Amino acid sequence: MFVLIVGAGRVGSAVARSALASGHQVSVLDEDPLSHERLDAGLDTTWEEAGGRFTVGHGIEIEALLEAGIEQADLFIASTDGDNTNLLISQIAQKKFQIANVIARVMDPARAEWYAEQGLRTISPTKVAIEMFEHAVSEV
Amino acid sequence: MYVIIAGAGKVGWNLARELIGKGHEVTLLDNRRDRYLTIEQELEHAVQYGDATELWVLERAGIQRAELVVAVTGDDEDNMLICQVAKEKYLCDRVIARVNNPRNRQWFELLGVSPVVSATDLILRLIEHEVPSYGLVHLLDLRDEKLEIIEIEVDRGSIAAGQAVKDITIPEGALIISVLRGGDGFVPKADTVIEGGDEVLLVLDPGLEESITKVFAGPDGLRP
Repeated sequence: MFVLIVGAGRVGSAVARSALASGHQVSVLDEDPLSHERLDAGLDTTWEEAGGRFTVGHGIEIEALLEAGIEQADLFIASTDGDNTNLLISQIAQKKFQIANVIARVMDPARAEWYAEQGLRTISPTKVAIEMFEHAVSEV
Repeated sequence: MYVIIAGAGKVGWNLARELIGKGHEVTLLDNRRDRYLTIEQELEHAVQYGDATELWVLERAGIQRAELVVAVTGDDEDNMLICQVAKEKYLCDRVIARVNNPRNRQWFELLGVSPVVSATDLILRLIEHEVPSYGLVHLLDLRDEKLEIIEIEVDRGSIAAGQAVKDITIPEGALIISVLRGGDGFVPKADTVIEGGDEVLLVLDPGLEESITKVFAGPDGLRP
């Protein structure tokens, strides 16, 4: 499977490494060239030597998406630090490139829920944290 | 009319002021606290502090009864998503979005957000019109209707010069609607002869500019 991950922060880079370790083709797009170091971290070789791809660019620029291989992607993950960027680029992946599997990180639980109802798979770390806290509170 | 304006920059603030002056009810939203405090001194309760991409902020502003939502923040992603949510979640029929970077216009269209206003595009249009060295001028783009009206100068060495309108082969989807000659404009008939130096107005389907240029421009194409 070809996985395209936009946003190589803590979440994006960790998911990229584990997807590569599972034998998938992985391409990462991030506007910060330094985020490449986060991909290398914990690997014996560089990210590219391990078989990964890395492109510098912003996810709303079509040239950057094409260079990162969006046309071949089987799975698209939007994991930048901006909810609005993630919600937009994941809809670009769905509506323009017809990628069947699209997942967006959305910190705002309300919008994560609404966009999920519209057919976009969203993951809300905030919502997960709230549920864990609520569970912890109920146990005290 | 009840109008919600997202983004209290120069555009948003002045728009709010004008609309209030015309008797409309307005809520202006901005997530910059200093901006909010400044504007609140003038507009008082008509400005609210908050991130307009968040649903509760829009709901607090009364988006359910808004007749128009205008998104004019400096961030294109914000403008797109505010309008998308206003239309699809809150069923507000009328939205207007500002495009900051013209390259993002395609994404507004992809999300079904229209009409959009791009200051850069507007100024470019004006430059095309004001700077005479441009041979082909877009006078009007009707994006939703997929029609545009252009003005082009007829070169003396062009295919069209010296030919009657009925003999000029122009692409399907284009029509000559007016001729400007010596400061006068008239609607041409089939036997009207187009002369070099005329300016002709055409209505055409988008994308035909290049083939139109071949008919009216000289052998060297348009002047740079």
